[in-house]
Amino acid sequence: MTAAVFFGCAFIAFGPALALYVFTIATEPLRIIFLIAGAFFWLVSLLISSLFWFLARLITDNRDGPTQKYLLIFGVLLSIFIQEMFRFGYYRLLKKASEGLKTINPDETAPSMRLLAYVSGLGFGIMSGVFSFVNTLSNSLGPGTVGIHGDSPQFFLNSAFMTLVIILLHVFWGIVFFDACEKKKWYILLIVLLTHLLVSAQVQGYGVMKSNAMNIF
Amino acid sequence: MLTFMASDSEEEVCDERTSLMSAESPLPRSCQEGQQGEEDGDSAAQWRSQESEEDCEDDPDRYICSGVPGRPPGLEEELTLKYGAKHVIMLFVPVTLCMVVVVATIKSVRFYTEKNGQLIYTPFTEDTPSVGQRLLNSLLNTLIMISVIVVMTIFLVVLYKYRCYKFIHGWLIMSSLMLLFLFTYIYLGEVLKTYNVAMDYPTLFLTVWNFGAVGMVCIHWKGPLVLQQAYLIMISALMALVFIKYLPEWSAWVILGAISVYAAMVWTVGMAKLDPPSQGALQLPYDPEMEDSYDSFGEPSYPDVFEPSLPGYPGEELEEEEERGVKLGLGDFIFYSVLVGKAAAAGSGDWNTTLACFVAILIGLCLTLLLLAVFKKALPALPISITFGLIFYFSTDNLVRPFMDTLASHQLYI
Repeated sequence: MTAAVFFGCAFIAFGPALALYVFTIATEPLRIIFLIAGAFFWLVSLLISSLFWFLARLITDNRDGPTQKYLLIFGVLLSIFIQEMFRFGYYRLLKKASEGLKTINPDETAPSMRLLAYVSGLGFGIMSGVFSFVNTLSNSLGPGTVGIHGDSPQFFLNSAFMTLVIILLHVFWGIVFFDACEKKKWYILLIVLLTHLLVSAQVQGYGVMKSNAMNIF
Repeated sequence: MLTFMASDSEEEVCDERTSLMSAESPLPRSCQEGQQGEEDGDSAAQWRSQESEEDCEDDPDRYICSGVPGRPPGLEEELTLKYGAKHVIMLFVPVTLCMVVVVATIKSVRFYTEKNGQLIYTPFTEDTPSVGQRLLNSLLNTLIMISVIVVMTIFLVVLYKYRCYKFIHGWLIMSSLMLLFLFTYIYLGEVLKTYNVAMDYPTLFLTVWNFGAVGMVCIHWKGPLVLQQAYLIMISALMALVFIKYLPEWSAWVILGAISVYAAMVWTVGMAKLDPPSQGALQLPYDPEMEDSYDSFGEPSYPDVFEPSLPGYPGEELEEEEERGVKLGLGDFIFYSVLVGKAAAAGSGDWNTTLACFVAILIGLCLTLLLLAVFKKALPALPISITFGLIFYFSTDNLVRPFMDTLASHQLYI
């Protein structure tokens, strides 16, 4: 596919995140560190959920058919749950760091929790978006025909928009989540979890996507 | 190794490579500024205003660094901690750049992923029928490589102890000549081949000559700091590419692990040997820790260190900037880039592994710098980052990749 598709989809998916990064985070060293730490936390959560999915697949002996589908759904549910858990864990870590700094020097202000919520949400979002989309993007540079087996020819565009949505949603979830934790409104955490599940359940093209590009490797 | 160095001297060339060093901050200057700021009643604003204008406007969310508990005039600690965040980023940038250069080359120039022989330091082949044999061969390769490194280190230490500085300088100049001219020539040739660009010999000669000559001047004599850093990044990347090309698969991973274990061991030995009072006085840190040779020709890779440039306070001279800041040895750059490059070259065309290793290395570097700020002692930069990198490489490659591939093919987003 063409360079136009590559660049177009890349900027659709990552443009807003890049802009947010450049204008709000890149100027402050500490925010960059919190961003990367947030990305790291998301990565660890993904690792753990992949481990469980892998083990589940091993246990069911890699049987094909509906088992794989159920396993995948199980994997997705587990992954979302673990992600939110790690978001909570990151919140606790940031709270401790923040409190530490406050006790050291009560006169000066530490970064506000809302800022940290935003930065951590962006970190989660960027990592999530990148992991979801970057392989598809690199495939879009190579040869192939999209939708040759009857699937949607808008595969890349759909994926790009979905990635954009996920990144922004992670930012918003981060802010709402941290706010709920600060105000101790625990039901909001449940709402965040449920909306996350709802979004992930929006499967675009059900069934295995076999665009030619995917078959290259 | 992290050391506090008051000034850079000529002997800086003998600094150890696999070390993370921080230079002493200029207390008098900052104390003045801090005090002045406190008089104004808003020390943070004063301090910050020198570094970025925008922060003053961002009142509720402006981060002002506070110090370490227990010290009432917390200015020194403030400086250290603030110092920490800024310097982490200043190390992130060159490390990231080096990795980007290496990954971009690996992904585009096929030469560096083609198997075309091995170094003499890794004589055992990995083309064996059985897994056990392959593992054994890679372990033997690692042993040989590590012993070569140990021997070269001892050799350099001996040279240094007997004040054969000329020899060391000559060695350094030889190795940087080779990197800047020969390896650059090969690299340029391969890049031109990849993109099918024809270049005549006179142009090639002119390009390589200029690049190399300016590089030699910048590195060994004087030059703009940014240019010097750019050249150091380039030679680290070239060295890393050589390693990626010539180290066989399993040997590379075992060597990475062994190097970080070796660095940690050497550091503990060094810590035990050195007594605290001499640490401050020692401008040339840790003779036992000098490890300089990773060069394929047995010559030391450039042992100089990479210094991120500080944003100068207004009116500051360039030389003074070099006295402050965290220093990261070139060997660290090289091995980080080898790890990420090997992840990129892994052959499955997968970017997730590369990115995971990248983030892991950055977090490891962050943690190392945090420990540096806490312990205020020299620390090896390799072990934590390489450990994280290795863990994330193997787990992402084997666990996360199938999961993400399956999700992507069903267009599921988590």
